[in-house]
Amino acid sequence: MTDTVLQVEDLVVRYPVQRGIVATLRRQRKQQVHAVEGVSFSLERGQMLALVGESGCGKTTTAQAILRLIDADHGAIRLEGRDISAVPHSELRPLRRRVQIIYQDPYESLDPRFRVRDAVEEPLKIHKIGDSSQARRSLVTGALERVGLTPPDLFLDRYPHELSGGQRQRVAIAAALVLEPELLVADEPVSMLDVSVRAGVLSLLDQLRREGLTILMITHDLSTAAHFADRIAVMYLGRVVEEGPAKDVVRNPQHPYTKALMSVVPRPDPRERKRREILKGETPNPIEVPSGCRFHPRCPVAQDVCATDDPELRAAKAAATPEHRSACLFT
Amino acid sequence: MNSPVLRVDDLHVWFDLPHGQELHAVQGVSLELAAGERFGLVGESGCGKTTTILALMGLLPSSASVSGAVELDGYDLLADGEESMRPHRWKDIAMVFQGAMNALNPVQTVGAQVVEPMAFHGIADGDEAKVRAGELLEMVGIGADRADRYPHEFSGGMRQRAAIAMALACEPKVLLADEPTTALDVMVQAQILELLTGLSEDLGLTLVFVTHDIPVIAELCDRAAVMYAGEIVEEGPVDALYHEPLHPYTRLLFGAIPDPLGEKDVISIPGAPPRLDREIVGCPFNPRCDVAFERCVDQRPKLLQLGDRRRAACHRNDPASEAAS
Amino acid sequence: MSTALEQEPGVVAESSQRRLLKAVWELLKDRPSAVVGAAVLGLLVLLAIFAPLVAPHGIHDKIGEPFGSPSSYGPLGLDDGGTDVLSLLIWGARISLTVGFAASLVAILIGGTVGILAGYFGGATDSTLMRITDYFLAIPDVPLMIVVAAIWGPSLSHIVLVIGLLLWTSTARIVRAQVKSVRERVYVKRARALGAGSGRIIFRHVLPQVAPLLVANTVLTIAVAIFDETALAFLGLSDPSKISWGKMIRNATDSAAISAGAWWAIVPPGVCVAFVILACTLIGQAMEDALNPRLRVAHLAARGFRLRPRMLGDDL
Repeated sequence: MTDTVLQVEDLVVRYPVQRGIVATLRRQRKQQVHAVEGVSFSLERGQMLALVGESGCGKTTTAQAILRLIDADHGAIRLEGRDISAVPHSELRPLRRRVQIIYQDPYESLDPRFRVRDAVEEPLKIHKIGDSSQARRSLVTGALERVGLTPPDLFLDRYPHELSGGQRQRVAIAAALVLEPELLVADEPVSMLDVSVRAGVLSLLDQLRREGLTILMITHDLSTAAHFADRIAVMYLGRVVEEGPAKDVVRNPQHPYTKALMSVVPRPDPRERKRREILKGETPNPIEVPSGCRFHPRCPVAQDVCATDDPELRAAKAAATPEHRSACLFT
Repeated sequence: MNSPVLRVDDLHVWFDLPHGQELHAVQGVSLELAAGERFGLVGESGCGKTTTILALMGLLPSSASVSGAVELDGYDLLADGEESMRPHRWKDIAMVFQGAMNALNPVQTVGAQVVEPMAFHGIADGDEAKVRAGELLEMVGIGADRADRYPHEFSGGMRQRAAIAMALACEPKVLLADEPTTALDVMVQAQILELLTGLSEDLGLTLVFVTHDIPVIAELCDRAAVMYAGEIVEEGPVDALYHEPLHPYTRLLFGAIPDPLGEKDVISIPGAPPRLDREIVGCPFNPRCDVAFERCVDQRPKLLQLGDRRRAACHRNDPASEAAS
Repeated sequence: MSTALEQEPGVVAESSQRRLLKAVWELLKDRPSAVVGAAVLGLLVLLAIFAPLVAPHGIHDKIGEPFGSPSSYGPLGLDDGGTDVLSLLIWGARISLTVGFAASLVAILIGGTVGILAGYFGGATDSTLMRITDYFLAIPDVPLMIVVAAIWGPSLSHIVLVIGLLLWTSTARIVRAQVKSVRERVYVKRARALGAGSGRIIFRHVLPQVAPLLVANTVLTIAVAIFDETALAFLGLSDPSKISWGKMIRNATDSAAISAGAWWAIVPPGVCVAFVILACTLIGQAMEDALNPRLRVAHLAARGFRLRPRMLGDDL
């Protein structure tokens, strides 16, 4: 029996575009940013799913909707079976405990005036966990030990500026873990860290996953996703265009967009220089989404039908497993 | 190597700190670059790579002091400080700054910003400069008809192209690029890398590419130097750096890079780089090194020439010390 | 994979008191003007506090002829009632400084609250509060103070309220801008994602971040408040039974001190007001300068590195 922690179904998030005075006076049409347009995926307990895509693809908006930091316009977000997309704001607090987030920039995500102990203890105070300061203190030390900040006494009284980037990110992870969430959203957890400490933080997440934590990682880096995630979902312009087991997606990409991405991801081995398939132009802005398949204007194998038919995400013919799905009319 | 275009000899940079202390940011960097070469300077944050190329441009604040020589075609740019630097800056040696796409003047058209350095160095003026600016924009893949647009009308990739056109305005011999693709999406990064490769081949431009992103160097450069704690610890062809590293830091650093199709586990390097406001005793990498021995504690290794095109600063490469350990 | 974190070049955590002292020292060391300002203000505050001990005479003691010139028994001369000007100055400092500090406290409380609420909640709250601020900003201060003080009647507490109620606008605007930027910091977003309520975020994360700015602003407001008090007292709208510097100037002009050639009855209180304003401005500007890194960027951008002779004989 599968144990689904998170299920996102047909999620849609749109933002209104601010019009200038001139535009309003000219009575121009109100425009919308189609940040997320029908995203569906599910996440089993103890799994790590990487949402991969370029800037503006909607991966961060998806994460924010799951955290209920922004409201979805349509669709369902089920946390352990219960739809949380419509829970009123006044009842969000118990929910917040169960879904935690760590941010990209560990230099920014800790209050510079909070010592490590305060930063990790704050979530406990907010959720009124732990009866005494001793009880909370032992939870804090436990969380620090879990993220590899040992011995905890060495770190409890430090301020963020006295820590390295990797250590700060570990403190942020500890502050998330101390609430024992079911789901951890990691938004580009290592992209601001030095290369030599990235693997340490990612291995920590990997280890937490093996201990049963469910992780949704948001990243632009296919290499990291390939190494640490179980599954990868590639997003383009508010849609998931390909989804499947991580290794399958990078080794046997099905969607033309994923193929192009994989061809341009630089490899560390200079002998692996290869012919790259560089797409022209940049991702169009999500205000005017192309008709049909949203990738067709840049697609190297597009045909006439692609301009009219919007493909669904379905099992790809050339894929090794039926779980490997692609949203292209020709796969 | 035939006579180098750019020769850097024993470059040091210090920054003043409060209380009379100093930060020794660059600790004796020496380099030789041939015409048309694409050279990578890699390292982690704080290793001195950006300070090094800012020193090559003479773009350091008044809290900095510099020693050493930066010779461009045999002429020492550092001989008289700012005086000897100014005539050559941007004209012979130009730079694309980190985050350059966000550093364009928002109230000036892109064309005007390309014209500006030409006028300053007396290369071209008026209509002639405008025509040249159009050609430069075409060269980096922006239509000349878009010269009268403002930066906010361009996408990130286009602005980065415009920044490159500005750097090329005075036909420099050497182009320094500081993390030019870091904030860009991978597809746009590929476009910019392709552009830079093409430019260096077509114009015979010497390219110095500074980044922490090693795969980008592997993709773009012929030769690279790895910096650690203000000095070059290893230098050589990128292929050799990846396949036969001669310095443990190079080996561990490359081991920390995930390859999307590789099977190898990525590793992390324990510890942190040494502080540069104190004198470093012994090998700077010693506390984090997995093959350190007695000599590394108190003797600082020199950057030794090893074979034809390689240099490394590790006692392990010194036959005398290998025998001793 | 556990990282050898202990090997980190660790900074020993300092006690927060030592940190604060060190920060204050750092602040003062590079800004001698702030030291001068603090010294002047400190001296005046001490004189005011210890007025009964320091002042040579009482404020009602007639020790000589009206407008007696400066001499050994009255180093700053005598006023129209034959009272010692130096003693009046010292006693007057009590009233002037009290009104200045109290009024700026009122202004900071109002301005800080409005600024934090507008900046933190944004939207309709922000536009409403800022519209109100704009109205207050557009009102010409002194005429309104005159009208209000005249209606409410001359009393010290009224003066404090009137000045405070008209001085909070700039504080509100500055605080609002700072809060808006703090609100967008990742750690504030994180606190919200954690489930923290607005009150907790404001008091634990936002207020500590804007507090130094509030303090700097208070110091600058004190200067304006003292100036306003002097103006109102000069116009006769202050408590007639209390001697302040403004009141001294008014008394002197009323009794034609200038035509009597008794400059010493007018100049000293004027100089005192000027000194306090100068001192507050010096301190406030030094604090703003220290708090606002953007003001310091200019000389960082300047080129002008120095050359050092090359190090030779590096062969050991």
